[in-house]
Amino acid sequence: MIEWLTWAQLVVAIPAGLLCIALGLFGRRPADLTMGVTALVELLLIVQLVVAAVAPVVGNEASGSELEFWVYLITAVIIPPLAIVWGLVDRTRWSTVVLGVANLAVAVMVYRMYQIWFVQVA
Amino acid sequence: MTTTTPSRSAGIGRVLIAVYGLLALAATGRSVFQILEDYDEAPVAYALSALAAVVYIVATVALVAPGRVWYRVAWITISFELLGVLVVGLLSIFDPVLFPAKTVWSVFGRGYAFVPLVLPVLGMLWLYRKRPREIPATPVAGTTAA
Repeated sequence: MIEWLTWAQLVVAIPAGLLCIALGLFGRRPADLTMGVTALVELLLIVQLVVAAVAPVVGNEASGSELEFWVYLITAVIIPPLAIVWGLVDRTRWSTVVLGVANLAVAVMVYRMYQIWFVQVA
Repeated sequence: MTTTTPSRSAGIGRVLIAVYGLLALAATGRSVFQILEDYDEAPVAYALSALAAVVYIVATVALVAPGRVWYRVAWITISFELLGVLVVGLLSIFDPVLFPAKTVWSVFGRGYAFVPLVLPVLGMLWLYRKRPREIPATPVAGTTAA
């Protein structure tokens, strides 16, 4: 895990989540903007996935449980695509809110992954 | 007389379902990890985590699936969750020995931003609003709908 990349993920995912929830509550259906930011959150997760797979080889190891980290990461990677598919199938404003909830959930999980990787003394 | 069960997956109920799905995913992920990693450390807490995860999955399905049976399943699972979060929440505060490890319900779901405490209440309100109603087969003159 690379620290600045992790912060970048949070800086993208939290505003993305709030934006989607706000637009959804204002009655917007899923659109390029809301789907796009969710796709961006997913893209960053995939980058982090590659980084996390490579990092231990080059000496950047998790301070906490590797297994727990990967359970979080894989669960997080699944979430945005599910929300995007939801938004494609169900063309109502509530799908925009769902996109927002998904992005915020990813943010929480990325923060937990950050704790496991950098903070935990295990 | 016939009854109808309004759809539980319309409008804001979709957000409720999505959040239930997320919690089901989160609880399943964590319980898989706990059981793989150190089951012997706290078997009661970890078995309960797994049970909670299964109940969240069933509740999510029950909210989506139409019909009276699933409506009842939704009530049972959501009530079970509320009971679980209250009982385990209290126990984890007063008897930390029994619950040395975190479960989705520990300290009223603090590890999950208290979503496990709030969600069953919202779920129950939603189910109540979407309760099956009796509708007359033919409209009867002189009566008003309740």
